[in-house]
Amino acid sequence: MKVRVDVDACVGAGQCVLAAPDVFDQRDEDGMVVLLVEDPPAELEAATEHAALLCPALAIVVEK
Amino acid sequence: MSETTIGVTSFPTTRDSSCPFDPPAEYAELRAQEGTASLACPVGVNARVVSRYADVRAVLSDPNLSSHAAPSTHVVADGQLDRPVAPGSLLHMDGPDHARLRRLLTPEFTVKRIQAMRPYIQGLVDDHVDALLARTGPVDLVQDFALPIPSLVICELLGVDYGDRDRFQEQTAVLIGTNSDPEALQRANAEVVGFMTQLVLAKMAAPGDDLLGRLIVRARENGQELSVEELVTLGITLLIAGHETTANMIGLSTLALLRQPDQLAALRADPGLAGTAVDEMLRYLSIVHFGVLRQATGGVTIGDETIKAGEWLVAALSAGNRDESVFPDPDRIDLRRGATAHLAFGYGIHQCLGQQLARVELQEVFARLHQRIPTLRLAVPFEEVEFKDHALVYGVRALPVTWDVEDDR
Ligand code: HEM
Ligand code: SF4
Repeated sequence: MKVRVDVDACVGAGQCVLAAPDVFDQRDEDGMVVLLVEDPPAELEAATEHAALLCPALAIVVEK
Repeated sequence: MSETTIGVTSFPTTRDSSCPFDPPAEYAELRAQEGTASLACPVGVNARVVSRYADVRAVLSDPNLSSHAAPSTHVVADGQLDRPVAPGSLLHMDGPDHARLRRLLTPEFTVKRIQAMRPYIQGLVDDHVDALLARTGPVDLVQDFALPIPSLVICELLGVDYGDRDRFQEQTAVLIGTNSDPEALQRANAEVVGFMTQLVLAKMAAPGDDLLGRLIVRARENGQELSVEELVTLGITLLIAGHETTANMIGLSTLALLRQPDQLAALRADPGLAGTAVDEMLRYLSIVHFGVLRQATGGVTIGDETIKAGEWLVAALSAGNRDESVFPDPDRIDLRRGATAHLAFGYGIHQCLGQQLARVELQEVFARLHQRIPTLRLAVPFEEVEFKDHALVYGVRALPVTWDVEDDR
């Protein structure tokens, strides 16, 4: 699985951090998304997909 | 394009008489039919009502929509649809202006920052439970629990001095209360604006380590200094958006849970359930119950319909949250549902900025109130509880509750 985030689209709602804290974080200075791992291991795939589904700004793209 | 009016000539505002927690029955019909319906709104225009979950999300992430009359001006009979957007009014701004301001505020609402407030919020909830237990019922849970907790959280967030918190709380209670007469309301409004202006001026002169102080410094450093007017508007936006909503959620969800003893028992037995329980109750109750209003600024596509520039559109959050294709058996409370993808906080670029804070407040209430007062119950017959049918944020006017004295712990 490959993950990309679009920081310009992000609105800092933090949904991704709640859903997959091992994959996403928020920058302290502006609250925008930080991708912690670009290719999450199998056990984090479901949470990563859920984060992409939750993101209100469509800022997370997941490729299988 | 379908011009359906499903037996109602105006926007559905009456709830299903069989259950005060359910959205108007018309929404289920709306979801089932082809296309969207055009409904006459009390404000005097027709709006397309979007009621299916997928359509609500699609519409609210469309860039060709303006929020200038958000959130729910459509149901306000003397509402102004063309009021100019006040500087600093985040809810009403569009495009790059909105993004710039939202980005200045976002660091204050990150998951991490809000988690750091959890111990404070825990203490606050415990103090208010202590105060309830120091009395004998019945008490009004709205007045003595649901309203003060979010109010004090906002004080903490904004950096209101401890000595001023009582006064601030009294004024905002009038502002948000539903029993206030128009004159008292006007007076409280003027006082809150005055209070916020003083607060902003003080923080501008000596920015402290609180939301307003940090915001002022951050904006200066980014070369986007905010004016007094913008900061006051922002402060009041946070106050109203964060106080009324959370307070109504506390009151209404407590009532709904008291009506579902099996679910309540599960929560009491396992306070760890509070996390998913909060999202399920947000979904089930959808307290921003008239949905959010938008105006198209260009073509907006919903299924095979196109909404033209200038047309009005209502994303019915409560209808989407009961969409059976996403939430099976949607009219049932299931605290284990894991309903995190609900629409109660909206969707798209305006999705609730304070949602992590609201979640933590509600989680602490859910985990503690029923644990510590296991015999908590209504002190009046259910039929006597009054609901805020016409308020923009749904809730109960008062919630008289009582408990057994042995609960004192
Ligand atoms: C249960 C509690 C809450 C609910 C149900 C709720 C609901 C909502 C909804 C539906 C919106 C979107 C409105 C639209 O799209 O037009 C919104 C926006 C907003 N909320 Fe909340 N809210 C809650 C708590 C809070 C709290 C605690 C705060 C802050 C302290 C807050 C601050 C805001 C702000 C600033 C916006 C505007 C965001 C923007 O326009 O970018 N809310 N809220
Ligand atoms: S969920 Fe989306 S908008 Fe929210 S912080 Fe993550 S990437 Fe940004």
